[in-house]
Amino acid sequence: MTDPPLLPAFVKLLKRDLLLAYRSRAEIANPLVFFVIIASLFPLGMSADPGTLQTIAPGVIWVSALLASLLSLDQLFRSDFEDGTLEQILLSPHSLSILVLAKVLAHWLVTGLPLLVLSPLLGVLLNLREGATGTLVLTLALGTPILSLIGAIGVALTVGLKRGGVLLSLLVLPLYIPVLIFAAHAVDAAGYGLPVTGHLLLLASLLVLAITLAPWATAAALRIGLD
Amino acid sequence: MVAGSPIANPVTPLFEACGLECVRGDRLLFTELSFTLSPGTALQVQGPNGAGKTSLLRMLCGLSLPAEGVVRWRGKDIRKIRSEFFYDVAYVGHNHGVKGDLSPLENLAVARALGGSKGRISAGDALAVLGLEGYEDTPCRMLSAGQRRRVALARLLVVPARLWVLDEPYTALDRAGIGTVAALIAEHLANNGMAVLTSHQPIALGDSVVEHLSLEPHD
Repeated sequence: MTDPPLLPAFVKLLKRDLLLAYRSRAEIANPLVFFVIIASLFPLGMSADPGTLQTIAPGVIWVSALLASLLSLDQLFRSDFEDGTLEQILLSPHSLSILVLAKVLAHWLVTGLPLLVLSPLLGVLLNLREGATGTLVLTLALGTPILSLIGAIGVALTVGLKRGGVLLSLLVLPLYIPVLIFAAHAVDAAGYGLPVTGHLLLLASLLVLAITLAPWATAAALRIGLD
Repeated sequence: MVAGSPIANPVTPLFEACGLECVRGDRLLFTELSFTLSPGTALQVQGPNGAGKTSLLRMLCGLSLPAEGVVRWRGKDIRKIRSEFFYDVAYVGHNHGVKGDLSPLENLAVARALGGSKGRISAGDALAVLGLEGYEDTPCRMLSAGQRRRVALARLLVVPARLWVLDEPYTALDRAGIGTVAALIAEHLANNGMAVLTSHQPIALGDSVVEHLSLEPHD
């Protein structure tokens, strides 16, 4: 038997998820609003001193992005699990890792990409050093897909549980830490005019590693989670 | 029972379950369950609530692992030939697998893409067969439970699956719907298809061969 054509299935699933996201826009906007709210509460809670804000800006923006990403993760497989479409995806003759990659890509496009677009605005709000904005966007472009990919493994493992939220954070957060460290440091370094190529290359290699291994692990976790 | 390699046995059954055991929590639901199914026949699984009918069906289509035993398709363990087996199997479970925010047509288009290739008829025709003309573009969450069930069953027609695994296919259907679905199953069997289904109601499949399997509560 020849393998069924994989690309149409990938594209169809990607389009389906984007369409579903479009039809429930309000839910999708939630993590985004959350991202803006956390970052904008810091000046109110700490001090409005531009110097202080400048020091904490890279970290604050990245922590907000990380929490927003964590908040949106649960949507990745939850509704598909509840209405039984996840079973149908598992029963597809196509490679499950590739289908998972389509779902993660769709999820990143609706939750990760808007963070990228909004981040320069938050940079201005938090008085981010000039010259660091470009690096901030770049680190988010490299980093948020890693968050989605790693998060997918955790969601797949906890999707069968009634209240997997806390467990999900415990599983996923330790794996997020390297991304947070390298990304926030890169933005910090860029602010002082230091070279950031090393940081960015490290993030890029983490992304490559995540794209290679995470869909495969997620697929295995889904098969276990739905047993 | 065939224990040796399938090559040693000239008549390998197309679909075969061998010594299946199901444990849920610390309860043994069934054990040493074996059967074979040849083309053109249906297997009706019967038993009281909680006897493990749904668990058995999920094992047969490869969604869950049996505690013991194997399920074979063309003589090979389905876990080893997942892609090939999934190409030939279609499952309609308790959860319809129908997206509420998508229309019936969109749902079937996704099912067809996931299923790997075209089935016998187009998505629009499949909906017409199931009596859903005029609802093609209505979001599925606006449909009644019975109509959503029909959308799920229409999926069977747009993928080329040889084996249908149906968990209570008649649930929520009206009398006419039950007739339509029974006719579809009978036609599928007449085309050398196979079906495994659970139902509390008698299934009238015309001249088709229907085997029965009873799951008794285990103590």
